[in-house]
Amino acid sequence: MAAVEKQASGEGRGIGSYLASHLREYGMILALVAIMVFFQIMTDGTLLRPVNITNLFLQNSYIIIMALGMLLVIVAGHIDLSVGSVVGFIGALAAILMVDQGWSIYAAVPFCLFIGIVIGAAQGYWVAYWNIPSFIVTLAGMLVFRGATLWLLEGQSVGPFPREFQALSTGFIPDLFGVKRPNITAIVAGVMIASTLVWMGLRNRQRNAQYGIEGEPLSFFAIRNLLVAGAIVFVAYKLATFRGLPNVLITMGVLIVIYAFLTESTVIGRRIYALGGNRKAAKLSGVKTERLTFLTFVNMGMLAALAGLIFAARLNTATPKAGVAFELDVIAAVFIGGASMSGGVGKIVGAVVGAFIMGVMNNGMSIMGIGIDYQQVIKGLVLLAAVIFDVYNKNKQG
Amino acid sequence: MPPVLEMRQITKTFPGVKALDNVSLSVEQGEIHALVGENGAGKSTLMKILSGVYPHGSYDGEIHYNGGLAKFGGIPDSEKSGIIIIHQELALVPLLSIAENLFLGNEVARHGIINWPEAFQRTKELLVKVGLSEVPTTHVGKLGVGKQQLVEIAKALSKDVKLLILDEPTAALQENDSQKLLDLLLELKALGITSILISHKLNEVERVADTITVIRDGAIVSTLSAKDNEISEERIIMDMVGRDMAHRYPERERRIGETLFEISDWNVWHPEQTERQVIKEARLSIGRGEVVGIAGLMGSGRTELAMSIFGRSYGRNISGTAALGGEPVDVSTVDRAIAAGLAYVTEDRKALGLLLDETIQRNVSLANLPAVSMNGVLNEAEEQKVAERYRGAMNIRTPSVQQLVVNLSGGNQQKVVLSKWLFADPQVLILDEPTRGIDVGAKFEIYGIINRLAGEGRGILMISSEMPELLGMCDRIYVMNEGALVGELAAAEASQERIMSYIVRK
Repeated sequence: MAAVEKQASGEGRGIGSYLASHLREYGMILALVAIMVFFQIMTDGTLLRPVNITNLFLQNSYIIIMALGMLLVIVAGHIDLSVGSVVGFIGALAAILMVDQGWSIYAAVPFCLFIGIVIGAAQGYWVAYWNIPSFIVTLAGMLVFRGATLWLLEGQSVGPFPREFQALSTGFIPDLFGVKRPNITAIVAGVMIASTLVWMGLRNRQRNAQYGIEGEPLSFFAIRNLLVAGAIVFVAYKLATFRGLPNVLITMGVLIVIYAFLTESTVIGRRIYALGGNRKAAKLSGVKTERLTFLTFVNMGMLAALAGLIFAARLNTATPKAGVAFELDVIAAVFIGGASMSGGVGKIVGAVVGAFIMGVMNNGMSIMGIGIDYQQVIKGLVLLAAVIFDVYNKNKQG
Repeated sequence: MPPVLEMRQITKTFPGVKALDNVSLSVEQGEIHALVGENGAGKSTLMKILSGVYPHGSYDGEIHYNGGLAKFGGIPDSEKSGIIIIHQELALVPLLSIAENLFLGNEVARHGIINWPEAFQRTKELLVKVGLSEVPTTHVGKLGVGKQQLVEIAKALSKDVKLLILDEPTAALQENDSQKLLDLLLELKALGITSILISHKLNEVERVADTITVIRDGAIVSTLSAKDNEISEERIIMDMVGRDMAHRYPERERRIGETLFEISDWNVWHPEQTERQVIKEARLSIGRGEVVGIAGLMGSGRTELAMSIFGRSYGRNISGTAALGGEPVDVSTVDRAIAAGLAYVTEDRKALGLLLDETIQRNVSLANLPAVSMNGVLNEAEEQKVAERYRGAMNIRTPSVQQLVVNLSGGNQQKVVLSKWLFADPQVLILDEPTRGIDVGAKFEIYGIINRLAGEGRGILMISSEMPELLGMCDRIYVMNEGALVGELAAAEASQERIMSYIVRK
């Protein structure tokens, strides 16, 4: 009974006040929607054309994948500046192995991921066990691996890659139903994912009600789920009318789910937040802070390697310039998504939304033919505005 | 003579809360006026109004100062009139010298160029006034808290202070530093400087104050004058908590069982200065259901001993044996110590005990996450249930366990730290200054909790700088001095004098 009453009182507050009190959480999603609407209008509908939506995913997948790892690093109170160079280095390594040495993709890909792990471990070791500031260690890594990339490639571009390796990035899931256009597999997958999300939301809500935890108002819950499910089905349908689900979207989607779960629902995730929030207190509460810091860098190295492979596959060649300044896009995505510089705060969904904000702006401005000079200025200002918005909200609440 | 300061019918409202309700305070020229009350009673709010932190217009009522109506728009305004507040958290820059700190924002300079000889000269004069013999170029970070406090006062003097407000100046000081500071206040009084002193330490207040004003729940309860012999600790406590507290320490049925935890031959070296031994051949034991105290001055090694036992969180080259229930036990890392059944409640809850920007719920579960998870996956609903349970059991005053810990009062924060450790279900609790910086009412509750834990057969090791607290709570007291346990007293034979005699005997 008590739970029912609480539910009812939650209802009474209405959507407006609920949204106002959770402005920080939903602000960036609203901003993403606003930006998409803006570019949809300014590009005369080009933004949401099936081919462009597909492109959006292909273009931003490696940034998003790295943002997942970077979020953990930043939540733990650190930073990793080396990821852009690692992307270049792993791409170069993959090219040397597969193109020059003739390794099979099934040997080369795991080996490259392993090297990514080793790189992460090599940097994380100094940060975690020697207390050397991550800014310095990874700045060094940034230089080292950029140099190593040049050395591996001897300043040349190496390519093309075997066809099956390219599929990592530019491949699509074939239509299992044989229709092809529209691609029924994509539509079915979209509907299934959307309904799974709604079902999980409902189950969670039910469980919270059982424990007497007050959730969001029912109307808000319904509208939110309707919008999210609608967006997923919409995107799936658009993709279906082009070439179906890109392989890389599947990779990315699976990783997002894994990392969202890891950060929100597991002991290890919770401990990373504790470590970033107050390292000494976490340590005195039995959290193995050194090992955890080490692992966040190992994880980052692995994801940077994966991003390097995907990026190389997309370009179909390894170049010495690959991945230059990627670290800035990745870090910007995480901060736009609401993470705190001092650690302990940030969400996976936020980082993904942040990456899409940057991605949609890149894409939209390019379609509009805005010069690279203005693009940089605008992106910089958006990053600043997002963080100011965050700080303003925090001050208002505090 | 009319009072130098009169605050008339001050009312200050925060969204949803009336922090001060029609408060009037009158301070005589040249007196030491103490302001006491529980945390959250409104003392700090009142002083923030006086010093202009809350500017004129943000409150109702009037401030009359030096015979005129004062309308301070900010701290610079009040400082110009000679009202200077020294906050509990000191506002000194540790990496700057004493001289640089003293004149920070008020530099001895012409056209932006600092006249160092003159600044040093004036620094020396000011340091003499506050009884510090340091060189002006010494970095403030190298001074102890007590001396830093004196530097703050010197800084106030440099600004030509007429009314000095001290917010809990002795909270972090050990006995002799506190005494020095109080003596200095008396000297300043002789020079005609009026002081307002906020303090929880009633014996100090009793010693120096001419007048005591007690605030409770945003209203003045009483004003007691030393002249009329109205001041007594009992009276003050009664006014503060609004009830007669016949026993400041709740009664406990003492049932002490066999030895639960003991350490022997415990040696610890300083983490940086490798040749310095911080703990020397320490040996102590705690029985089931026993509350054991460690008395000693600050710097005697009490915290270092506790932290070195708890997972080697302090020091290096630690040697010695620890045994739980007669069996040797591995306490070499924090998680092993927790698994063995130890808990350490830190003296510095903000820096070492809490995730301030996290919820109560997440703080309570932190030391025992496996208990609210399965195969590494958290059950947040269960976690919330646990937090709610401790909110009730510990009487944490908050509308919701989703409240951020940073928004709680000191007493409630301490209850959150205790909840965290109780949820880990330890057999031995090491409590380091468990009642530091919390008000009388909350203290009483914490004592009750300690008694309850002992009653459940746990062993309690309690470190405290407040000797009455140790004497009131403990079954047995160890005395620590310069890294060694130099004495052991049973409750019946312990007294402040005997403890002090161990400390000074060396």
